[in-house]
Amino acid sequence: MASLYERLGGEAAVNQAVEIFYRKVLSDDRVQHFFDDVDMERQIAKQKAFLTMVFGGPSHYSGKDMREGHQHLVARGLNDSHVDAIVELLSETLQELGAGESDIREMATIANSVRDDVLNR
Amino acid sequence: MAKVEYCGSVVDVASSVSVLDALLAHGHEIPHGCRAGACQSCLMQATQGCVPEAAQDGLKSTLKAQNYFLACRCQAATDLVVQLPQASAVRFSATVIERELLAEDVMALHLRSDAPIDYRAGQYMTLWRDERLGRSYSLASVPSLDAHLTFHVKRAPGGVMSGWIHDRLRTGETLQLQGPVGSCFYVPETADQNLLLAGTGTGLAPLYGIARDALHAGHRGDIHLFHGALDTAGLYLVDALRRLEARYSNFHYHPSVLRSPAQLPEGVQVGAIDRLISTTAPELTGWKVFLCGAPDLVAQLRKRIFLAGAHSADIYADAFFSAAPPPS
Repeated sequence: MASLYERLGGEAAVNQAVEIFYRKVLSDDRVQHFFDDVDMERQIAKQKAFLTMVFGGPSHYSGKDMREGHQHLVARGLNDSHVDAIVELLSETLQELGAGESDIREMATIANSVRDDVLNR
Repeated sequence: MAKVEYCGSVVDVASSVSVLDALLAHGHEIPHGCRAGACQSCLMQATQGCVPEAAQDGLKSTLKAQNYFLACRCQAATDLVVQLPQASAVRFSATVIERELLAEDVMALHLRSDAPIDYRAGQYMTLWRDERLGRSYSLASVPSLDAHLTFHVKRAPGGVMSGWIHDRLRTGETLQLQGPVGSCFYVPETADQNLLLAGTGTGLAPLYGIARDALHAGHRGDIHLFHGALDTAGLYLVDALRRLEARYSNFHYHPSVLRSPAQLPEGVQVGAIDRLISTTAPELTGWKVFLCGAPDLVAQLRKRIFLAGAHSADIYADAFFSAAPPPS
């Protein structure tokens, strides 16, 4: 049986999704200040790696990476409500790409599985 | 089994192993990150050999055209000679052919290099006064149209290099050049795509080159060039750009100033460049965009333009930092 990542369309789907997701994030008052990196190219590369992971694709991010990568954001007030917003925007992104309900739920499960690492607790 | 040469040493790479892993296993220090083709920190350039398509996935077309690739995604099928980006930068000398004042504080410096230079309009080079003092300037010239290399040098307040170029450097004298580098240039792959070129100050230099390069290559889509300046004294090449507009029906020149003068010249708008772009071209889906100028402005414009619909890989930005990069 094909994995979630394969069902969604693999790397091509990630490349498509990052354009939609990052636009959503930058237009969302709840979370945009966490993504206000002057270096958009680097920011998009990070988003691609993140989406690959939550789509269940080949990713090399460990729990330790997730913790260290978000430490400075937690210090700036990153909390559960922001993670909820991100999961919501991710779900909308997948919907726009035509993914089914169960695939979207599976993605949300992966995203929620790193919640504690992201929030450093 | 392919052979990959790096820094003079040859490494055997099995077809199942990436060039990155093979080089790391042999003790070479290659910058790398996600190993999934996403972060692009293992970007390398092949100077010989053919890079597999998969290793260039996600790279801009300008980088692909120069044989850049991601080492972590590269399973070499054939022999390669590779290097880290820009390691090939060397200096060579050039002679000043002409100095031409384009605006009160902007000088066009026309140079003839001693060795032929393979460059693309929109790239930049580092000009060296001596061993220690160098600054990067964008090329305003187009290889297929101009005999010489042209740079626009703005006199920076207290600027050692720009002051030297404006006040000391004479026609017939030589200086050293390094480069060219940069991926902010036109690639004639989609002649029907609309182009947005926007910049402030001497950010016009690369945009002027890119516009003429595209028009000369027969670009069919619309080309909108926005040039912003503080006041009308900062607008330059106005006549040349108007002539281009008269000659090519798909070329549109939009000069603007922040400070309104007593008498506003015809065709010049007052206001912030990002607002003028939003008014003229509110929807940018499918456009290719080139941005040049002050880093803050470039970052801000880039975000706005992305949100207006342009694909992130279609936005080419060249931020002009006022400080020089450390000499390599």
